[in-house]
Amino acid sequence: MIEVKNIVKQFGEQTVLKGVSTRFEAGMTNLIIGQSGSGKTVFLKSLLGIHTPDSGTISFDGRIYSELSNDEKRALRTEIGMVFQGSALFDSMTVEENIGFPLKMFTNKTPAEIKERVDFVIDRVHLVNAHHKRPSEISGGMQKRVAIARAIVNNPKYLFCDEPNSGLDPKTAIVIDNLIQEITQEYNITTVINTHDMNSVMEIGEKIVFLKNGLLEWEGSNKEIFKTDNAAVTDFVYSSELFKRVRKMYLEDDVK
Amino acid sequence: MLIRYLSQIGKYFIMLKEIFNKPTKWSVMKQLILKEVDDLIIGSLGIVAFISFFVGGVVAIQTALNLTNPLIPKYLIGFATRQSVVLEFAPTFISIIMAGKMGSFITSSIGTMRVTEQIDALEVMGVNSLNYLVFPKIIALLLYPFVIGLSMFLGIFGGWMAAVYGGFTSSPEFITGLQTEFIPFHIAYAFIKTFTFALLLATIPSFHGYYMKGGALEVGQASTVSFVWTSVVIILMNFILTQLLLS
Repeated sequence: MIEVKNIVKQFGEQTVLKGVSTRFEAGMTNLIIGQSGSGKTVFLKSLLGIHTPDSGTISFDGRIYSELSNDEKRALRTEIGMVFQGSALFDSMTVEENIGFPLKMFTNKTPAEIKERVDFVIDRVHLVNAHHKRPSEISGGMQKRVAIARAIVNNPKYLFCDEPNSGLDPKTAIVIDNLIQEITQEYNITTVINTHDMNSVMEIGEKIVFLKNGLLEWEGSNKEIFKTDNAAVTDFVYSSELFKRVRKMYLEDDVK
Repeated sequence: MLIRYLSQIGKYFIMLKEIFNKPTKWSVMKQLILKEVDDLIIGSLGIVAFISFFVGGVVAIQTALNLTNPLIPKYLIGFATRQSVVLEFAPTFISIIMAGKMGSFITSSIGTMRVTEQIDALEVMGVNSLNYLVFPKIIALLLYPFVIGLSMFLGIFGGWMAAVYGGFTSSPEFITGLQTEFIPFHIAYAFIKTFTFALLLATIPSFHGYYMKGGALEVGQASTVSFVWTSVVIILMNFILTQLLLS
């Protein structure tokens, strides 16, 4: 579980996060949504420790990040898996080497044990015939699967995903969403996803945090987001005609 | 402008300190070092050999063509070739050529890792990315004096070939020139410069790649800026070391 208490982050004169508090539970897919410039990326980077908040606390299962020693921070980082927007796979390594990288770096496993674990996660993310290929030789969807496999190979407690569906076709995007949700539930991971994709919000948003101008405007589940009358949320989520119709049908069905 | 330069210099020295913090696991580092030796050292041998051989030849021919006075002994061709190649050509000018070859390779490879978030991925995993990326380059470049030693040998060999087979002097005369007024400290001076340039060649291009911002276009710009700055610093250090060691 990740608990965020009143975090503020300023860049020069501009206050990007103005006191955000929320809680991300383990075994749930937590989504951060909001317009461009709402502070989502800064929020995610603050959770990851890339940005240091000016005030407020972030605690990982009771461990307050800002109070940890450097060694404790490093140890905590090994419990974190991250799926980057552009996958961020290492070009110079094969798929197998990319996935095995965290094990090679942070564990004392033998090459045979690493191979066994890598094969297991490759199978888990349904990657076929890609072991010895380089990232440039596989499709965007496969790269995302490799990135997920690399993020989960060391059994992380916390999984962060930045726009995991960007650049993917709708069908592959759903497959990736479902894969993240399955893994989250299967391994009881605290998953936080930064997304613009409203399909993801509807499909896997067990908890949704909506940021606006650096403030937490609304939070709830994908069921509650249909019923909310918060104008900022409905303006953002139901900005397309398609989603307006979906919402109308959902609410009509709910009344019946 | 001055403050910007000072801040960049400060950032460079902070980077140097950070490179030696939290070392990467030796089993991983060993492979990274071997890869860098292959990319940076072995991969440079061909071009260094080619340039050194022909430039050594040109130095010998130019010297020979300028020795028009019959009172000046022909062994000076060997002497001038040795002095030019050992003191300046091999350590300094090969290093400037390497600032273009190795330097742009280092900047563009680290810069590409920056723009594609690979460096962020390392940091999020808890890896000291500076140690992981730059330290193996520094260690690999400890072999750089071997490259410069080869350049010295081939430069002099090229000079000998051009002088003897070009009919400018005889082989014994050229060798006499090579041995004339030989000061062993000149070799030490050349290799002190080489070690200094090796450190600059590993770290300045890494600095420009690591701290670059932007996309593919900026990677290209960073490579150019890195080449310019590495060359400028090599020339300045060459001047300072020459003043300190030879004056």
